[in-house]
Amino acid sequence: MTAIPHEAMGRQLVAAARWRPAEWVFWLFAAATVLLFPDRYLILTEVAWLGLFALSLDLILGYAGIVSLGHAAFFGIGAYSAGLLAKHGLINEPVLALVVAGFAAAVVGFLTSFLVMRGSDLTRLMVTLAIALVLRELANRFSDITGGFDGLQGITVAPVLGLFEFDLFGKVGYIYCLSVLFLLFVLARRIVHSPFGLSLRAIRNNPLRAAAIGIPVNRRLIWIYTVAAFYAGVAGALFTQSSAIASLDVFAFDRSADLMLVLVIGGTGYLYGGLIGAAIFKLLQQEVSSLTPQYWQFWIGLVLVVIVLLGRQRIESAVTFVPRRIARLFGKEIAALPGGEAP
Amino acid sequence: MMFVRTPRLSRRLALGSLIGAAALVSVPAFAEDTVKIGLIVPMTGGQASTGKQIDNAIKLYMQQNGDTVAGKKIEVILKDDAALPDNTKRLTQELIVNDKVNVIAGFGVTPAALAAAPLATQAKVLEVVMAAGTSIITEKSPYITRTSFTLPQSSTVIADWAVKNGIQTVATLTSDYAPGNDALASFKEHFEGGGGKIVEEIKVPLANPDFAPFLQRMKDAKPDAMFVFVPAGQGGNFMKQYVERGLDKSGIKVIGPGDVMDDDLLNNMGEAAEGVVTAHIYSAAHPSQKNKDFVAAYQKAYGVRPGFMAVGGYDGIHLIYEALKKTGGKADGDSLIAAVKGMAWESPRGPISIDPETRDIVQNVYIRKVQKGADGQLYNVEFATFGPIKDPGKATKK
Repeated sequence: MTAIPHEAMGRQLVAAARWRPAEWVFWLFAAATVLLFPDRYLILTEVAWLGLFALSLDLILGYAGIVSLGHAAFFGIGAYSAGLLAKHGLINEPVLALVVAGFAAAVVGFLTSFLVMRGSDLTRLMVTLAIALVLRELANRFSDITGGFDGLQGITVAPVLGLFEFDLFGKVGYIYCLSVLFLLFVLARRIVHSPFGLSLRAIRNNPLRAAAIGIPVNRRLIWIYTVAAFYAGVAGALFTQSSAIASLDVFAFDRSADLMLVLVIGGTGYLYGGLIGAAIFKLLQQEVSSLTPQYWQFWIGLVLVVIVLLGRQRIESAVTFVPRRIARLFGKEIAALPGGEAP
Repeated sequence: MMFVRTPRLSRRLALGSLIGAAALVSVPAFAEDTVKIGLIVPMTGGQASTGKQIDNAIKLYMQQNGDTVAGKKIEVILKDDAALPDNTKRLTQELIVNDKVNVIAGFGVTPAALAAAPLATQAKVLEVVMAAGTSIITEKSPYITRTSFTLPQSSTVIADWAVKNGIQTVATLTSDYAPGNDALASFKEHFEGGGGKIVEEIKVPLANPDFAPFLQRMKDAKPDAMFVFVPAGQGGNFMKQYVERGLDKSGIKVIGPGDVMDDDLLNNMGEAAEGVVTAHIYSAAHPSQKNKDFVAAYQKAYGVRPGFMAVGGYDGIHLIYEALKKTGGKADGDSLIAAVKGMAWESPRGPISIDPETRDIVQNVYIRKVQKGADGQLYNVEFATFGPIKDPGKATKK
């Protein structure tokens, strides 16, 4: 791909793709939540699918530089596909339905990618937004299929793999969502560290130069857009399967906009950004809205403004101050661990 | 830039984990002597006025009647679902599983009430619907009861009234969702059954509707009257556009279920609203002592007039109180639902009862006309009473 084969650079690339200890800790902690917080499965489930959804946006925004305000379009396609498949008993097994829903979204993603490729950033914002709005209106219009504003009622989700039934406490739902998230995360990690992923970053940094060194810019972007649509579709299907609901608001502009916020909180161009952003966003929303059901939006807004003003890194260094001190006592600085992606 | 190593990953992971852990640790509090009511209503978004009215009314009732009944302390846990059914579902589930609520209540819109129904059945808790008005709701779980109203109740009455009062042609304008379709279907059945003719049928989208193009079509169709259903909260916007399009001078009358003339907004609609005839279950001008006291207390506490949503909440909490008295404080779903069946009382809206068969509300429907009251404000003044009326939506099905 690059013009000069360079051994040192190759080593660096391989090193960058290796799993870090901190990542192991992250996923072990994620797995431990199943045992640690048995009364919080429902909100954790939301964190899981929102994390996957944010990961999907990060693939195009953070790695390929495609801005989108209509990512909910694919989430919605996935949600309605999963809902319709389950409702009409076409595919009862949730995992298979999940894959089919993902592919349905991917097809729409592939077809609409040509529209998205045509413009620059501002045009892309408008085009993606428009696609989501059009899909929402279609779902509203064909209410005999989608149930219109009342949503798709009467979805019953069969047991996962025919073995594990979705329970009232949401345990099965959470483990299911978390497993799917992990698998797709590993796949996404492979993608971004592959030569394909590296070429995407070259395109993001400078499309003209990328084209000049022989990267087929449009083809690469269409590919990643389609992959991201698949991810968003799976996130939507997880949403429907875990809540047994699909309503018009899966296409809502708010959903796309919230997703941007999640990435703003967590950071773009960095796979964990979406996951951490989703966790902070959802938990913050949950806590604040139970404290003040009427005015929670004000506090969330304030927190977001503060986060943006202070800058993420300053907050991080404040939060990790104590752990770093402790680590220093043991003669080793946590922060010295090799990190992930460059901004 | 691509290969610069930064310390961000581990720091961020630490940050994420810390915040996650902090937010997830919850302290469950248990008390055997409390009855917990999970109140799930929209407090933000387009339907926020519904949630606020219900919340206000419940607080008012608890101030007036104390927070202890049958030896149990009543605790209301308020949650905002912004009228999104997936929120409703999660909140309901959390309230049942984590907070161990004995009753779930509220539900601003039909999809929200329906989303909670399977959970009520599964967990065997009483679900008191205080706002949503689609007929089918109470059929979705044996633990559901309702203190609001159903759209067929008011729509059939206004249809009968229209036929008797010389209205021959009607164009309809209804919001395109379950309650709107309920209203349209039952109006049509009774109006056409009585010999009336529907000349134009228009459904408007529920979210952010622009009525202008629809109103133009109404004007062109030249019916005697237009039958309008929009959910509480949208009536003001509708009347504004009705005047802007000059329909107030066209001689086309507005009739409909009373949602469009909600007391909440009525006084700000201006003179165009005067003379509008609607059928509904509650008017702030209902001439009973009970209602006068209620309106006075509500106005004193919150500075605004209560609408029918507030009454739904007020009666809902009353129903829960009375049911607890009857069961002697037993708060399981089976005892409570058995207790509410057949219960009858005097509400600010008039006499009401719970149908023992369908668990749905039975009440009078009043025909009202918007007029200026003695204080110069606009009121729905009741001039004819029909009832008591069971939900016709269920009666026709059988």
